[in-house]
Amino acid sequence: MAERLLDVKNLSTHFFTHAGVVRAVNGVSFSLDRGETLGIVGESGSGKTVAALSVMHLVPDPPGKIVEGEIVLKGRDLVSLSDDEMRHVRGNDIAMIFQDPMTSLNPVFKIGDQIAEAIQLHQGKSKREAWRMAAALLAKVGIPDAERRVNEYPFEYSGGMRQRAMIAMAISCNPDILIADEPTTALDVTIQAQIMDVIREMQAQYDSGVIMITHDLGVVAQMADRVMVMYGGRTIEYGPVDEVYYNAHQPYTWGLLGSLPRLDETDKQRLTPIKGQPPNLLLLAPGCPFAGRCPYEREVCRDNFPASEIVGPDHGVNCWIPLQERLEIRAKLPRFTARVA
Amino acid sequence: MSDTVSTSSAPTPQAAASMPSSDVPQTKPLGLWADTWRRLKRNKIAIVGLVIISVFLVIGAAEIVAVDIVHANLAPYDPNKVDYKLTPTGLGSPPSLSHPFGTDYLGRDIFSRTLVATRISLLIGVIAVAIALTIGLALGPVSGYYGGVIDSFIMRLADIFFAYPYILFVLLIMTVLGPGFRNVFIAIGILSWATYARLVRGTVLSIKTMEYIEAARAQGASDLRIIFRHVLPNSMAPVYVAIAMGVGGAIVTEAALSFLGIGIQPPNASWGKMIADYLSYMAAGRWWMELFPSVALVLTVFGFISFGNGLRDATDPKLKE
Amino acid sequence: MSPILAVRDLKKHFPIKTGILKRTTGKVYAVDGVSFDIDEGQTLGLVGESGCGKSTTGRVVLRLLAATDGLVKFDGVDVMKASRAEMQRLRRDMQIVFQDPYASLNPRMKVKNIIAEPLRIHKIGTEAERQRRVHELLETVGLTSEHAERYPHEFSGGQRQRIGLARALALNPRLIICDEPVSALDVSIQAQMINLLEDLQNELKLTYLFIAHDLSVVKHISDRVAVMYLGKIVEVADSSIMYTRPQHPYTEALLSAVPIPDPKTERIRRRIILEGDVPSPANPPSGCVFHPRCPRMQPDPCTKVMPLLESTGGGASQNHVVACHFPTRYASDGKVTADAP
Repeated sequence: MAERLLDVKNLSTHFFTHAGVVRAVNGVSFSLDRGETLGIVGESGSGKTVAALSVMHLVPDPPGKIVEGEIVLKGRDLVSLSDDEMRHVRGNDIAMIFQDPMTSLNPVFKIGDQIAEAIQLHQGKSKREAWRMAAALLAKVGIPDAERRVNEYPFEYSGGMRQRAMIAMAISCNPDILIADEPTTALDVTIQAQIMDVIREMQAQYDSGVIMITHDLGVVAQMADRVMVMYGGRTIEYGPVDEVYYNAHQPYTWGLLGSLPRLDETDKQRLTPIKGQPPNLLLLAPGCPFAGRCPYEREVCRDNFPASEIVGPDHGVNCWIPLQERLEIRAKLPRFTARVA
Repeated sequence: MSDTVSTSSAPTPQAAASMPSSDVPQTKPLGLWADTWRRLKRNKIAIVGLVIISVFLVIGAAEIVAVDIVHANLAPYDPNKVDYKLTPTGLGSPPSLSHPFGTDYLGRDIFSRTLVATRISLLIGVIAVAIALTIGLALGPVSGYYGGVIDSFIMRLADIFFAYPYILFVLLIMTVLGPGFRNVFIAIGILSWATYARLVRGTVLSIKTMEYIEAARAQGASDLRIIFRHVLPNSMAPVYVAIAMGVGGAIVTEAALSFLGIGIQPPNASWGKMIADYLSYMAAGRWWMELFPSVALVLTVFGFISFGNGLRDATDPKLKE
Repeated sequence: MSPILAVRDLKKHFPIKTGILKRTTGKVYAVDGVSFDIDEGQTLGLVGESGCGKSTTGRVVLRLLAATDGLVKFDGVDVMKASRAEMQRLRRDMQIVFQDPYASLNPRMKVKNIIAEPLRIHKIGTEAERQRRVHELLETVGLTSEHAERYPHEFSGGQRQRIGLARALALNPRLIICDEPVSALDVSIQAQMINLLEDLQNELKLTYLFIAHDLSVVKHISDRVAVMYLGKIVEVADSSIMYTRPQHPYTEALLSAVPIPDPKTERIRRRIILEGDVPSPANPPSGCVFHPRCPRMQPDPCTKVMPLLESTGGGASQNHVVACHFPTRYASDGKVTADAP
């Protein structure tokens, strides 16, 4: 039985702006065990990044605020921690790598400085020792000639190398959890493959849990053990990766899977997109955020958000359509049936 | 077609007409200036400036209509009417109920003179800036869009205009053109173009790389059309601030010129002329003559500059709210 | 039947100017000898990673950038040598859709004016006729007439791309260069746009040069796919066999790096991870531009001679061309007959 590292229950994070309240995350729950990878999937406005930032207490306050929920890290509630205590957790217990390595690395400091700083802060090592460890870490994440490169500045690194440097920084203090927020979106696909490999290797070596936040369903299929699909600030489906891909129950999930052109499809099939636009978080209706775009919606969908319904092993879905009807609809979706066949 | 997940991409009108309403944008159509106005409103001094400008504009416009078009007099008294009875000692009379600003050494009502002089200031401010804009907004975008030799040439030209001390340059031109009302705004206008040209050129440099400019080129638009229809309207943001400041600056410059005697000629009144004429009377303790035109000048210029500053802050995308 | 667009040995080199005197110290070989044909009504996909020169190629074809060398023939007319009047006529036939929905529309113009602009430039129709055409175009791309009076900032990314497409269609072009038209859109919106492009191609007999980095999208929408690397085309093949019979090692690596949204497939896939970063087009390697990263590289001839783009037999069909000294070869049943030396 793997160790439960993180337990997020009923998290809600809202932004109080002059234009109104943006309910970025609403009642979201998820968990992470040691050694596993959780993929959080969603498009823009889904709230996936804000959810991750909430766990790290990095939501800008004002205007953002965690209005509800529990975030329990190895038995410890993070929401009630003070800033000082949280700073100790960040980097040490949970580390995060971001999408754009260009802006997440400080351009005026050497790479070695930035990695060593975290080590000195959290592990109390001397500067020399920290630099030595930094060089070792760079080598570990696959940067060639690490002894020399640790002395360079971010602008001397390529995009892929910067992302590796960020990973080195993140794992420098052996965190239990690594949160990767769209780590490869800004990278070329061959570099993306390299970075995914590095993350996987580091996870294996440190036996950490990884939360992979992305909009790319291919990356999730590649990396994740479990998946949580978010839309408009809510979780609408979650479960083991095979369950969500082959036994999807939410119309949004069907829509997503049907929208993707696949490299390996032999007969060209017309894509089946979801009609409409991504949700406007300022004007969210009280019910299911997918109402308005869902081809099968009914009246109740706009008024109330459905509770989670178990439809498979550890697999839950939030949808008002009765189970039987869902299965019938799904059987007729060409792209879905083609994939499962 | 058994798959019912999508209907949205058929090109025929019938299918498009069945598009669900969720495709219509749901945000309230905010104007392009709404956000700026909201930020501006919170700057109290800028609002005060705006009020002052408005008062100034209303009075000035009314005076222009009165004097130039209708040939009437809006002021309570004829600003040029000499009345020795009102200046028994030849030193004017202090403010009273019938003459709230007092009278000057020739018995002329200072309130009326101050009021009528607003017209001069408004004309100068507006026309001088208009001349400067015409030159600056023609040369600036061309300079920025083409770059290279043209840009170097025009910017060096602008440098020359920047290098000379402004007032001396204006004096030089006035000496050439001769004193008088019309020449003042020509002089100020000709010298101020460089500010607007340089400002707009800066924005043009970043606008010209935008994809919608490439799109215009791909459509076959001529350079002239691209510069003045696409680039310039999007490069105006810093120019508005400069206009506010520029009007204030033109008014002060006119005052300075008139103070030096080469601007407005008698019997016309401008604030600067009045400040010059009445200066010597301060020694005799006749404070009201100097005071009111000075306050009018300072208040008006303050209004333009405060509003200009406020506008700059309100349009600065990086300034945190 | 001659192709509607014929490109031969196209080159675009950008001078690198350094120092106070702006002397040319080097060149960026952005496009370095690119050749391809597109038949009318077909879609050629141009795919590659950053720095490969695909976007530059698109712009040079349209003469938005002047070519350094080479030939572009549209419907038999030499585009590079066209006079101003001829170019104006050509512009009506060749149009472009851009990547960034937020930068490709003039923020100060109403939608109706943005779409009418090409009609005004070419002095087509009366004002009333132009307005009618604007409304017709809006409907064609799936928007409504009431959108005409609004400004770009009132629309979502996907809607803006549709407006950009309407603008491109205004002059009834025959060729449209699509420069990453869906890369900046959410997945579910991407699919809408892809279907729209396909439908319009069928209805209006359009020819597309579809430039993108997302191989799944390119393969889906294209009839043939050309793979670019460092300013050169390394392989061109029908998209239907691209995935099953790639001949060039870069193509193979690229294909294996693209994540497929199917967990079972991902688990059994063989991945080819390329070493190192993409070299800079300012400093291209000698001989074959891919040799430093190529798993099949042999010093002779790979470091000395850049291979020609040609059909080598062992490809899937006559028009399958590849630029490699050691291309993979396939028997008629698809089995690999010759691989790495």
